[in-house]
Amino acid sequence: MTAPVSLTNIDHHFGAFHALKGISLDIGAGEYIALLGPSGCGKTTLLNVLGGFVEPMQGRVDIGGRDMTHVPAAKRPTTTVFQDYALFPHMSLLDNVGFGLRMAGLGRRARHDKARAALSLVGLEEAAQKRPHALSGGQRQRVALARALAVEPDVLLLDEPLGALDLKLRRQMQDELKAIQRKVGTTFVHVTHDQEEAMAIADRIVVMNAGRIEDIGTPARVYRQPQSLFAAAFMGEMNRIAVTGHGDSIETPFGPLARSGAGALTLCIRPEALCHAGEGFDLGPATVRDAAFFGTHVRAHLSPVAAPELTLVAHLPACAVPAEGTQIALRADVEDVLVFDTEDDHATH
Amino acid sequence: MRALPFAYLVLAFAFIYLPVATLVLFSFQGGTLPVSPFDGPSLRWYREVLSDDDLTDALVNSLFVATLSSALAVTLGFLAAYGLARHTLSGSVLIRSLLIAPITVSYLIVGLGLLIVVQRLGLGVSLLTVGIGHVVINLPLCFAILYASMGAQQENAERAARDLGATEAQVVRLITVPMLAPAILAAFFLSVTLSWDEFIIAFLLSRFDVTLPVEIWSLLRSGLSPRLNAVGSFVFLVSVTAVLILEILVFRKRR
Repeated sequence: MTAPVSLTNIDHHFGAFHALKGISLDIGAGEYIALLGPSGCGKTTLLNVLGGFVEPMQGRVDIGGRDMTHVPAAKRPTTTVFQDYALFPHMSLLDNVGFGLRMAGLGRRARHDKARAALSLVGLEEAAQKRPHALSGGQRQRVALARALAVEPDVLLLDEPLGALDLKLRRQMQDELKAIQRKVGTTFVHVTHDQEEAMAIADRIVVMNAGRIEDIGTPARVYRQPQSLFAAAFMGEMNRIAVTGHGDSIETPFGPLARSGAGALTLCIRPEALCHAGEGFDLGPATVRDAAFFGTHVRAHLSPVAAPELTLVAHLPACAVPAEGTQIALRADVEDVLVFDTEDDHATH
Repeated sequence: MRALPFAYLVLAFAFIYLPVATLVLFSFQGGTLPVSPFDGPSLRWYREVLSDDDLTDALVNSLFVATLSSALAVTLGFLAAYGLARHTLSGSVLIRSLLIAPITVSYLIVGLGLLIVVQRLGLGVSLLTVGIGHVVINLPLCFAILYASMGAQQENAERAARDLGATEAQVVRLITVPMLAPAILAAFFLSVTLSWDEFIIAFLLSRFDVTLPVEIWSLLRSGLSPRLNAVGSFVFLVSVTAVLILEILVFRKRR
């Protein structure tokens, strides 16, 4: 089952801490959404508002077109995969996964059949009689997923579900999560602080910071054309250069750039967008301070000749590692050069 | 040099267990005095104890008081611990301290206080008042054990159960109590052994129906007899059994 979700003007305080500041968000039925942001940005609080664990002080939560703002967690068509899995240690996997069905009043036989089906969805039908302590971290994570999916929720909420797994297992589980989501068609809302994880799984990413939504969009759009300086910096490594706007032109250390803007601005270029070939915005020559081979690319620290006090990070093609002290010409595609008001950076205040 | 620590070990255990061992040994005495020389073994005194109605009545009373008062103390302790661990109340630190504080009050004071209250209220002393006294002394202990074992793990599991549609009663019955079973059993059996051995409160708050320690005390007034050793050994056996059950049920599970 699946349902759309609509959050309208959600506002919440924990004591003096303003956790959510007027959040509005529409999620389509069957969409995979990642809530991405640093710790303390409000993403988990927002998930708790969706799950019914936190009642927002203001605003409205609609799930499947019905007002759920004041409905407790037990009565919502949502289930949650918790960060620490929260499995029931005194029950077998079958009883863990069948718990929600038991609460729904399903008979023993039907419950066990459905629980087995959910366990086989995550590849653990063989372990049905085991207890959670006999499983590895990755397997526990799968059981938590099966338990949450067994009751066929309209919306599945995942609170940093892969946070406790090692990198390799995390990447593998990302692919599985996405495949399972495609299969069951349920709306997934996944909280994470890992931008690579968000890009790997989500249809749309919601970047949050200090209780606000900074950007919403597809992974490619949010990465390449972020809507705020914070989103730009959080989605991956970013060269930030302080520049000044003069109406319809921007003064940069590398000469004027034909963009509109006024006052203190920040010019952003991703390391992989800095290359030394082709057309585009010319940053002039730069001196290689150091360069290291990373397999897929060469990561270099550069000092532009036009602004030697700056340090730029560039990802250069892996075919050759430039020697220290050599000069290379830097250019960036005009599309990849982003300009933001410096004051937009909520992270600084 | 290994002889010295070994000797120390033997002495330490002798110091702890010699009195009990002597008690148990002379309960098998053949003659009428529980002193050397040992002329048993004989089950004479055990036979006599088991055919003494006063003693067997006291024994049943003791078991009855210990089981029921411990069950009540554990239930009340659990409810208090659950409430205080899961809900933010104003003054919860004060409530917690007030619940645990009676541990510091001596049994004599608790017994005297209860005696005064019971007599002021015009209630007679009976096994019921002994049971109440034992709930008073065991509740702080049960509360402390259960409160300390209510960790984040249970809390998260309870949250997950609620998320899956469980009502509050189902959460407590299906998640909290089973997950806390080791601590609940530990509190229960500890409470049973304390109630089983307790004398002062039982002495002050009972008259006609008495518990075993009180009956033993009245036997003691008529002089030493291997009968006392037999009863004492029996009391010891029951306590040891309770501790063993505790060990098996609780600590085996944790491993």
